[in-house]
Amino acid sequence: MKEGTSISVSKLTKRFGHFTAVDAISFDVKEGEIFGFLGANGAGKTTAMRMLCGLSMPTSGEATVAGYDLYKQSEKIKKSIGYMSQKFSLYEDLTIKENNRFYGGIYGLSDKQINEKTEFMLHHLHLEDQANTLVKELPLGWKQKLSFSVSMIHDPKIVFLDEPTGGVDPLTRREFWTMIYEAAHRGTTVFVTTHYMDEAEYCDRVSIMVDGKIEALDTPSALTRQFKVQGMADVFVQLARKAKRSDN
Amino acid sequence: MESIQVDHVDKSFQSGKSPVEALKNITFNVKQGELFGLIGPDGAGKTTLFRILTTLMLADKGDAWVDGYHVVKDYEQIRKRVGYMPGRFSLYQDLTVEENLSFFATLFNTTLEENYELVKDIYVQIEPFKKRRAGALSGGMKQKLALSCALIHRPSVLFLDEPTTGVDAVSRQEFWQLLRGLQKQGITILVSTPYMDEASLCDRVALMQNGSIMKIDSPGGIISQFQKPLWAVQGDNMYQLMHDLRHDSRVDTCYPFGQYHHVTFNESTIDIESLKKEFQQKGVHSITIDRTEPTIEDCFMELMNQ
Repeated sequence: MKEGTSISVSKLTKRFGHFTAVDAISFDVKEGEIFGFLGANGAGKTTAMRMLCGLSMPTSGEATVAGYDLYKQSEKIKKSIGYMSQKFSLYEDLTIKENNRFYGGIYGLSDKQINEKTEFMLHHLHLEDQANTLVKELPLGWKQKLSFSVSMIHDPKIVFLDEPTGGVDPLTRREFWTMIYEAAHRGTTVFVTTHYMDEAEYCDRVSIMVDGKIEALDTPSALTRQFKVQGMADVFVQLARKAKRSDN
Repeated sequence: MESIQVDHVDKSFQSGKSPVEALKNITFNVKQGELFGLIGPDGAGKTTLFRILTTLMLADKGDAWVDGYHVVKDYEQIRKRVGYMPGRFSLYQDLTVEENLSFFATLFNTTLEENYELVKDIYVQIEPFKKRRAGALSGGMKQKLALSCALIHRPSVLFLDEPTTGVDAVSRQEFWQLLRGLQKQGITILVSTPYMDEASLCDRVALMQNGSIMKIDSPGGIISQFQKPLWAVQGDNMYQLMHDLRHDSRVDTCYPFGQYHHVTFNESTIDIESLKKEFQQKGVHSITIDRTEPTIEDCFMELMNQ
């Protein structure tokens, strides 16, 4: 794997019986890059993402994530990455502090580290007064930002965000992206899926999957030039319209 | 004629220690044959409003009428006349596509054949899977089956709660075309969505946040009420540019919008050229600053800040 490469994927394939969900995809993601992973429903994004997180074994192909081999070192991969899904993933019946304690504990952080992290996080999110508030009593926008912070509690090299801003109000959506920018600035690689096409334009590079294959991969500005359109929404529609399979 | 009338409706829930005001003094009307959108994020109160209008929940205060019938006194009439597609898939997972359709048709004392014209465009897309159990359908197919079931008795008013959430951009476009087709057949449609760009596809919209309606108007009407000139700013380092803009005393608001930052200024006249030079000196190059039309999302954020 090249220096400065965070994720390296070569001909990665996943079959379920006769169905090829992910069909020989290849790409590299640089360290500190914000990489947008787009595709229509059923294009194979979730399956690809599950493989990269070490949760599902590929049928064939090669991949290294954070320098570790997908087949032999999936446990090391899990320790080096953070993951946040569109569905809220904190424990509603625990307080902010308790959620941190729980997730920090899972990743093997010491009490001292957990306390430091928690203090930093509460300060950064302006939630100092809410440390002992149950998560279910927080407004949705705060939960989403908190969830992102918790997914980064162990300083992962890569963070996977699966539709992190679904249903969030437009102000919070932008605050959330400011957090993504900050994380990338500190050197964390961000691998993100979204249905918001303006968010695709915040990414350094974007790939678009159609029917299990990556049909386009470049910077948003190069893609809009290549397809001679105004923005990523038009690029996406042009490519996804060709899809033969829907999410069956 | 008004198809939906909502008059000063309040609703609170007990959640933990403190009550949550899900709906605060909601008043609006939807005309017959109108495609009306409730636009707002999760927690705005959209689903609660749907439940009250479909007679599944009682308001704490206020009144509402659907098709001229009162939601409490005439609830039986309303249930016969409306179609409702909840946000969460609520059909019978272990019945097939066909069985679900005939079940709902029977409930309303009709058949698929009787109103076939109405559901034809949607049903042909799921017909190849008519022997498949609903639980085994894909997300997009479930959505189409749910819409077919909601239409099977030819309702006069259709309630669609976030039908496009989590759906990709292409399928969303197709779904809105279907809605336009239904509207042409005379059906009043109340639809909710968290996607602000879909507001422009409605005749009129209510922008909702935290249980309140911030504004009701046509999409064009809302955009024309945006208060300040809006500028689209671009440069070779968008992150730094946002930082610089937000710390500039002349800048009122600055939000990322895809390839641009949308910016409003405190002063009515701005020297664009000197502004460009100043930001260049701070290290951002290839700067363009152009006037741009606000989107519904710009308007929504302006209203949130008021």
